[in-house]
Amino acid sequence: MKGHPGYWAFLVHRVSGVLLTLFLPAHFIALGSALEGAAALDGFLAWTALPAVKFAEWGIVVLLAAHLAGGLRVLLLEFLPWRDWQKTLAALAAAASLGVGLAFALALAV
Amino acid sequence: MDALRVRVWRGAAEGAFQAFEVPRQASQTVLDVVTTIQRVLDPSLAYRFACRVGMCGSCAMTVNGVARWTCRTHVDQVARDGQLEIAPLRNLPVIRDLVADMSPFFDKWARAEGRFRGARTRHDDFERIAPQSAPRRAVDAGIECIGCAVCYASCDVVAQNPEYLGPAALNRAWTLHNDLRDVARRERLRAVAGDAGCHACHTQMGCTERCPKQLTPTASIAGLKRAAAKAWLAGEL
Repeated sequence: MKGHPGYWAFLVHRVSGVLLTLFLPAHFIALGSALEGAAALDGFLAWTALPAVKFAEWGIVVLLAAHLAGGLRVLLLEFLPWRDWQKTLAALAAAASLGVGLAFALALAV
Repeated sequence: MDALRVRVWRGAAEGAFQAFEVPRQASQTVLDVVTTIQRVLDPSLAYRFACRVGMCGSCAMTVNGVARWTCRTHVDQVARDGQLEIAPLRNLPVIRDLVADMSPFFDKWARAEGRFRGARTRHDDFERIAPQSAPRRAVDAGIECIGCAVCYASCDVVAQNPEYLGPAALNRAWTLHNDLRDVARRERLRAVAGDAGCHACHTQMGCTERCPKQLTPTASIAGLKRAAAKAWLAGEL
């Protein structure tokens, strides 16, 4: 049963969750490099200043925002008595993710 | 007169689509098309129907890839370039041609304690339930289910986990949970709170999207999740 807002909301939530899970070990490795001295971490931080890495960073922020908004959608659906506004919720989740993504892109540009 | 090109599933789990040409009629339903094929073109075609007016829930099939009640689905709504593909419902064993075996579907209603259990006898007075009370309205929202299994066939969780009770059985459990006369609420919550019960729902809402009676099984399942969580916190599960 594909191709309706509820399905897309589920898919975005699941895919963003899987990608974030993949990102997490990389994140810990980067933080762990601080244990090998300041030079190692600084070298890594210099690498993150590259435009392509900045772009990937933007992607991660969008994934985080989408996953957070999708999670809030599910919590609202399941813990509030509701009936006919589920598509509105999916739209709000998408809008919130997009808003966070744009805000972060602006912050990068400044 | 235009002819409709129809591909119909023949066989059981193994089988193939057979092509037919069926004359177009005004206001023709998909069930009319299947009936024409069976009565005029090939009497060996197996399919199931009874009321023809959207009450009995027996004529659901997969039409152009989507589960639908065929008696209330007009060809005009679903034909693509004068073509129809008609198959049995997904997620159920196929007996023959367009007839799905509904046993797993209704067995799950039984497993979800989908049966009313009261404590009053004919010697007791009626239970008085205010029509505007919250539980009564929750029952009203889910009670019109005709058991057609369109939701069950549209549910990807059922497709991935054959043990999952499915939207219709859980919707039924929710209406009984809100029936103040019922005395088996705790047993019912236990029955629906397992791994294959309400918590398995991923909120994809295929059921809600496709229910021909425009019910919202997802809301019923969410209600069961809340009720099960409350019962668990109270140590009743």
